[in-house]
Amino acid sequence: MTENSGAARYAEKMKRVMDAVELRQPDRVPVAFQATFWLARYGGISYRELMYNYDKACEIARRALIEFDPDLFYPVHATTLGPLSEAIGFKQIEWPGHGVGDNQPFQYIDREYMTADEYDDFIFDPTGFYLEKYLPRIASAFEGINELPKFAGLYYHQLVANMRHFANPGLVRSLAALQKTAEEALKFAQSRIEFHAEITALGFPLTHGTITNAPFDYLGDYFRGAKGILTDMRRRPDKLLEAMEKARVLLMRHALSAAKATGNNFVFIPIHWAPDSFMSDDQFKTFWWPQFRKMLIEMIENGLIPVCLWEAVCTKRLETIADIPPGKAVYWFERTDLVRAKEVLGNIVCLRGNVSPSLMTTGTPEEVDASCRHLIETVGKDGGFILDGAFGIPDETPLENVRAMYQSVRKYNA
Amino acid sequence: MNDNEKRLVDLVADMDEDLALALAQEMLDNGDDPLRILELCREAMDIVGKRFENGEYFLPELILAGEMLDQIGGLAKPLIKHSSDKPVVALPRVLIGTVHGDLHDIGKNIVTFMLDINGFEVKDIGIDVPVAVFLEEIKAFKPQVVCLSGFLTLAFDSMKETIQAIEAAGLREGLKIQIGGGQIDETIRAFTGADGYGLNAVDAVNFSRISTGG
Repeated sequence: MTENSGAARYAEKMKRVMDAVELRQPDRVPVAFQATFWLARYGGISYRELMYNYDKACEIARRALIEFDPDLFYPVHATTLGPLSEAIGFKQIEWPGHGVGDNQPFQYIDREYMTADEYDDFIFDPTGFYLEKYLPRIASAFEGINELPKFAGLYYHQLVANMRHFANPGLVRSLAALQKTAEEALKFAQSRIEFHAEITALGFPLTHGTITNAPFDYLGDYFRGAKGILTDMRRRPDKLLEAMEKARVLLMRHALSAAKATGNNFVFIPIHWAPDSFMSDDQFKTFWWPQFRKMLIEMIENGLIPVCLWEAVCTKRLETIADIPPGKAVYWFERTDLVRAKEVLGNIVCLRGNVSPSLMTTGTPEEVDASCRHLIETVGKDGGFILDGAFGIPDETPLENVRAMYQSVRKYNA
Repeated sequence: MNDNEKRLVDLVADMDEDLALALAQEMLDNGDDPLRILELCREAMDIVGKRFENGEYFLPELILAGEMLDQIGGLAKPLIKHSSDKPVVALPRVLIGTVHGDLHDIGKNIVTFMLDINGFEVKDIGIDVPVAVFLEEIKAFKPQVVCLSGFLTLAFDSMKETIQAIEAAGLREGLKIQIGGGQIDETIRAFTGADGYGLNAVDAVNFSRISTGG
């Protein structure tokens, strides 16, 4: 890292990144650092320890940032969710120390968390559905929360009298468990706030302040499960569309308020269900893109910068997803050919990616260097490009290959 | 094929679930042979598989086709009184599982379904499958093709380890191994020592066809 004051370094990096976002030619191609459990390997600890030890995780992340000197860094607390997941009794992932081995990453459990006949409940009253059905299914601390009085519809004396429900044993247990969870959540938040302040002072911008999802992905991944959402497209398309419209409003509300609270304008949006091979072009234009596009436009109108990670291959979607205002977002492609993406989207959106995980994990530093050089010189030409891995740094990447990637932006220019 | 039979094939192939189920029920009520009904479903699945390969159908249709097959099977199978007169044809065998450390199964399930409707006898041994279980299953099931599935980058090492163990146990001869999943490419095929790799279910079917002389 060059000798430089933190504030100057921060301004220099943000300018570089914003030049790329706004499709200008930066002084050099910016590079992002998105590592999850790779940090455990780098720091010589188990994935489990990374998951449970905030201080250790911060110390390793700090060391990595100083060594690799990236222009954007991913929040390390995404991989320190062990104590909090434990406290809330989270059922949607298996994590190191809880369901998977000490050196395995956490993994999401694809299940039906909302049944097909519950669409109407969700659409009529999403909060009621969360309290009554959804929350107890996904976290044990919420078991009993469904014993709350059904507030909506209660009034006057009935409302007062129904407060007796707060003495229900299940609800008492749930509230106590949630209070304990909150204590851990405060520690977690404190650690995160302190770390981000420290790293910002050192001069490193954060990749994003908050995360959101496309309405289809939110319902598919977290409610209906893969099989559920795919059959819904055929069996109950109207319900799915109606629920997505509702979900879109709720997702936007959270994204806008969370972004405002963090003061960071980047909104990270991992995209799971857009790939070419998952649905037809017509289906994509009916069930996926219009709802998501509305979100993108609303975020952009509110001064936010959507950072969309398009997973797998989305080559056939490029013309469709080009329909956004220019210079206002980042499209990070995992396996879509970036040279092709540049042809279609080069004047519209900043591209990010995508050194392949196979190369990062099994290739030599020279091969990584050559791949980065190719991306910098072709996709980086005329600006509008941020170098990154296809999905950040794979956990198994040898250190020398990571070094090669971060050195490349200093060696080559577009 | 009579009118009802043709209509059933079309309804299933065209994703008309409610009418297909109603017609299957009506045909069974009228005394149609349940084995014939299952055969018609297979014919419809052939059409579904071809439309998927041609890019006309995608995952929603494959999943719904599988659901229809299960539901009609549920109606027809309890009514089967006699075994088929047709000689049983030995189908080429494929063993499939997600390698150890990885809990993902959406892709694996779709590949399993596509292999099944394309005339393979498929044994799916689940997710997070230890190396030793793969070895036992290969010995017992005697597949011609083994498919190793994995979504995470940790699967690269698990796949390599599984393939090396298959070799070390002397089980590789005559066996074709393909790998598949979100991060798999030619580099990883070479790294693991697999015979082939696939990016989707059609690749898996094509590899299995070629490997079994189909």
